[in-house]
Amino acid sequence: MDAVTSLQYFVPELIVLGTAFALILLDLFVSNKRLLILLGVLGIGAALISVRYPHEPLSLFFGFFVLDPFSFFFKLASLGIVAITLLASLAYKPPLPYSGEYSALFLFMAFGLILMGSSNNLLMIFLSIEFVSILSYLLVGFLKKNPQSKEAALKYLLFGSTSSGVMLFGMSILFGLTGSIDLNMIQARLLTAPVSQALVVATILLMMVGLGFKISMAPFHMWAPDVYEGAPTPVTAFLTVGPKALGFAIILRILHTSFLELQSEWSVFLSVLSMLTMTIGNVIAISQTNIKRLLAYSSIAQAGYILIGLAVSNVIGVQGVLVYLIAYALTNLGAFLCVIIVSNHFGNDEIESYAGLSEKSPFLAFCLTLFLLSLAGIPPLAGFIGKYFVFASAIEGKFFTLAVVAALNSAVAAFYYFKVVRLMYLVPAETKEPLDHPIPLFLALIITLAGIIVMGVWPSPFIEFVSRALIL
Amino acid sequence: MLIPLEHILIFSTLLFAIGVYGVLVRRNVVGILISIELILNSVNVNLIAFSRSNALDPVMGQVFAIFVITLAAVGATVGLAIVLALYRIKRTVYTDEINLLKW
Repeated sequence: MDAVTSLQYFVPELIVLGTAFALILLDLFVSNKRLLILLGVLGIGAALISVRYPHEPLSLFFGFFVLDPFSFFFKLASLGIVAITLLASLAYKPPLPYSGEYSALFLFMAFGLILMGSSNNLLMIFLSIEFVSILSYLLVGFLKKNPQSKEAALKYLLFGSTSSGVMLFGMSILFGLTGSIDLNMIQARLLTAPVSQALVVATILLMMVGLGFKISMAPFHMWAPDVYEGAPTPVTAFLTVGPKALGFAIILRILHTSFLELQSEWSVFLSVLSMLTMTIGNVIAISQTNIKRLLAYSSIAQAGYILIGLAVSNVIGVQGVLVYLIAYALTNLGAFLCVIIVSNHFGNDEIESYAGLSEKSPFLAFCLTLFLLSLAGIPPLAGFIGKYFVFASAIEGKFFTLAVVAALNSAVAAFYYFKVVRLMYLVPAETKEPLDHPIPLFLALIITLAGIIVMGVWPSPFIEFVSRALIL
Repeated sequence: MLIPLEHILIFSTLLFAIGVYGVLVRRNVVGILISIELILNSVNVNLIAFSRSNALDPVMGQVFAIFVITLAAVGATVGLAIVLALYRIKRTVYTDEINLLKW
């Protein structure tokens, strides 16, 4: 389909881009910068309303942008994540500098995430990953005169550029082996052309360096805790879910479109890396004293659980990846919203600040407890549904070692989640001063809380939604 | 005279290896950024070589290389901006002195 006919299917993206440019322009005239963030939320809302379910897969812009149920799913997910992040940024203290640009960068980020979910060839995959990465570097270093923020940005930049360089090297070799950059064409060529299987596996490994960096898979997870600690908290909340979810989308698309015949090769190393990722995340999380670092290591561990579904890659495993991603996105965003409210009050992110939170703000303590229980996978919350799917896929696919390691890891994880819950409920508070709940944060908190409870007690619409996304 | 594909591939792999080595051993952040450029250039050499030898559509590899060059420039710009912002606060560009965040 050529560019002009494609535009009618490109409305949500055009709204997002239009709002982003409008925000940059309005930034020159509007003095109340919080209005600009609010406008960003409205833009995302308008884009969300204009998204249509594609009944047949379309390939727009000469095949460089695919519109299929899978990209539809991730389009909704990325817009939702950015909307909640912007709501959270409205009430962040100290107020973010350059709010206009901040909001515009997040709208561009939403566009980049949509591109990641909709790209079907190596060039677009590389471009969209770089687009999202470069915006993330800027947003991580957004706090002016804050050495932690700048250091986090620098670390993120160095890790990110190096790993995407390695990924590109893999892509260039794949291009040489198959002569094409289109994922479907690559698959066809791998079946017919005489290509050395060892070389193809090597290119998959090289590409997994860049993609594994995005999803913070061990051994490419080292950047995650530092970046998550140094970045402004709303940006951290976004980084733990947005790029990670879309990174999984790209891995899923590459492995299932181009390399399905080599599944016996990649499922072995993915299951080993999955075990490694969850063990490293959970074990190091135990000794953390900063809540952002604790959640950072916990999010590494969660990536390990999601990798189970990817490593097994049977029907229920792939469904499990998407179900887990919804549950994880809602839960983790919610947990970070609570962290923002608490750190607005105390001005730090130490876990000790949470002592006696139930006396100061019972509702907040209740919310954070539910989010942590959902992360630990306790029924009847969303996290349990996700865990149920990936564990079931591991057992059905006869990956018993993987299932056992994951179960042991869940027990370890429960320990450090309950540590925070214990502090909030059983340790007396030093002061009884109640916490401030700004309205936008409260709204976002209610959305995520409702999401995890509804998904936990009534999961069938979500599962239906996911299975419709997987009709490829 | 046509240079055989093997020679170009050996060259690009060496360039890639030098880039990775540079990323791992350099202390100076600017040095690391330059090493990353070496990695990206080895990718470009690969893409151009393959687009001449065994691509279905030779233009594709060349277009890809142009995009890689563009994004390398973008990456370097953002990278140097962040290095400059950090230098203003910490007065250093050496990686072992940038150590506020750990464990």
